[in-house]
Amino acid sequence: MAQKTELPPAEQPAPAAKPRSKPATDVAGLGRGRAAAFVAPAMALIAVFLVFPALWTIYIGITNYRLTGVQAREPEVVGVDNYVRALGDPTFHNSLFLTLIFVLFSAVIGQNLLGFSLARSLSTLRPVLRRVVESLVLLAWIIPSSIVAFLWLALLDRDAGTLNVLLQTSGFAWLIEYPLVSIIIFNIWRGTAFSMLLYSAALASVPPSQLETARLVGASRWQTLRDVVFPHIRGHVLTNTLLISLWTFNDFTPFLITAGGPNDRTEILPVYIYNTAISGGQMGYGAAVSLIMLLINLIIALFYIRLLRERK
Amino acid sequence: MSPREMVGRIGFYTLVALATAFFALPMLWLVSTPFDAQPGLALAIPDPTLGNFSELLDNRYALGSLLNSILLAVGTALLVVAFAATAAYSLSRVRIPGRDVLLYLLLLLSSIVTGTAAMVPIFLLMFELGLIDSRVGVVLVLSGGLLPAAIFILKDFMDSVPKSYEESARVFGASSFQILKDVVVPVIRPGLATISVWTIVNVWGNFLVPFILLRDADKQPAAVLMRTFYTEGGSPNLELISTFSLLFSVPVIVMYLFVNRKYGFRFYGGIKS
Repeated sequence: MAQKTELPPAEQPAPAAKPRSKPATDVAGLGRGRAAAFVAPAMALIAVFLVFPALWTIYIGITNYRLTGVQAREPEVVGVDNYVRALGDPTFHNSLFLTLIFVLFSAVIGQNLLGFSLARSLSTLRPVLRRVVESLVLLAWIIPSSIVAFLWLALLDRDAGTLNVLLQTSGFAWLIEYPLVSIIIFNIWRGTAFSMLLYSAALASVPPSQLETARLVGASRWQTLRDVVFPHIRGHVLTNTLLISLWTFNDFTPFLITAGGPNDRTEILPVYIYNTAISGGQMGYGAAVSLIMLLINLIIALFYIRLLRERK
Repeated sequence: MSPREMVGRIGFYTLVALATAFFALPMLWLVSTPFDAQPGLALAIPDPTLGNFSELLDNRYALGSLLNSILLAVGTALLVVAFAATAAYSLSRVRIPGRDVLLYLLLLLSSIVTGTAAMVPIFLLMFELGLIDSRVGVVLVLSGGLLPAAIFILKDFMDSVPKSYEESARVFGASSFQILKDVVVPVIRPGLATISVWTIVNVWGNFLVPFILLRDADKQPAAVLMRTFYTEGGSPNLELISTFSLLFSVPVIVMYLFVNRKYGFRFYGGIKS
């Protein structure tokens, strides 16, 4: 917590009348002291509610901290026990595997492909039609998660859901028979907007003259896509894939639909952490799993930063 | 048009229609059910009524939770805009060694330390600080998470303000706070509006942070309270859920339309997390 001691706490009024030791050299005439005072409140909040929790996770993860009982008052340091337990725990393996499948199929494959196809086909549609489809996709993205979760519960309901009415399969419990597939399709529906927007912008950067040339030499759709379009948008594809993977990996919304069930069959990592730590009270173990999650986030983010550097 | 092109065209429009149906189908319920005298889970042509909206008044917590959502969203937006604007101004105008690295590090940090990955330490921190069941606590946590991206975006806006404006103001003897208030803020107003809307939309829809930090139903925002309408045994109260959902989603839709019309739908990397 080095940051905390260097900065004044957020509650204190910024020291406005610091003695001006040096004449200000910046255009705004802020001077070092006031410049620091301007930055301090933001940094204090970031230090306490972002940096500190991340670092504290490392400590909690090596203790047997619980919400109730003796370990709540006197948590003991248990070293790497929590990590050893996680590595040997089939429920954790299950959760990691489900998370991998969930991110792979709903983000990397689903949102990417659907977003790209939408971006590509919408550009050839009439503007009115285009705006309607785009708005629908965007709406799915911006409506609060609690609402969309219920909309999907209504859609997939066993007895009276819209899907069963349309398919005339009343009584079929989608969320019990195919829980993971359900939340994968839900997440494709929920998050495709970002990929669509990004690919729309990317496709606009492909030079029309090259597309025209491809058409004149009689290239097929697939050949044009592979040899003309793709080289131009390769960077965007990687950017998009990394961002949507990161967001999907950290998405808590599936909890609102299945709460991890039935029988842990949709207990992706965020839900696993909630169920063990917040709901089950095993803070130490939950923090150990959280640290693993933070590290996975870090790896994805570092890939992203490397990518940005290469493109510069 | 050759028959082959014709088939291709038909196939194309069929696919577009299917995609449209896929996105529209779950949402139609939200539009029709609030006005249906016999609300059901399946889509139906409504038997028009406005009577369902009286359920909002009958539920003791419904309207209060919407007020809580407003408090959390506006509180966070004020804090984020004020702190991010001053910090971005300072970072844009004063040379501090390692400034750009610091900004990138903060941005990196805020995308890694998400509410989901950090729910355990955040819950424990608030528990130790005695801020469980405190709306101020929720505002602080959410602000901490949103500030890095807000500073980053606002610094871009600040950098585009010509420094000659401030130099002239200084010549006339304005203090640095006056310069910020009367010269810089009016110029970067679009940036401030973007950050406000972005913050409000983020907080409005956030479920996890208030879910783990607020236990008292009187303090819970709409996103959290809504769950109690349908998970606690028995059949869900569809009159209440449908009207409440509609009311709850209208503000973000209006704001989206506003931003779309005024600035075009520009978005930045982390605008929605």
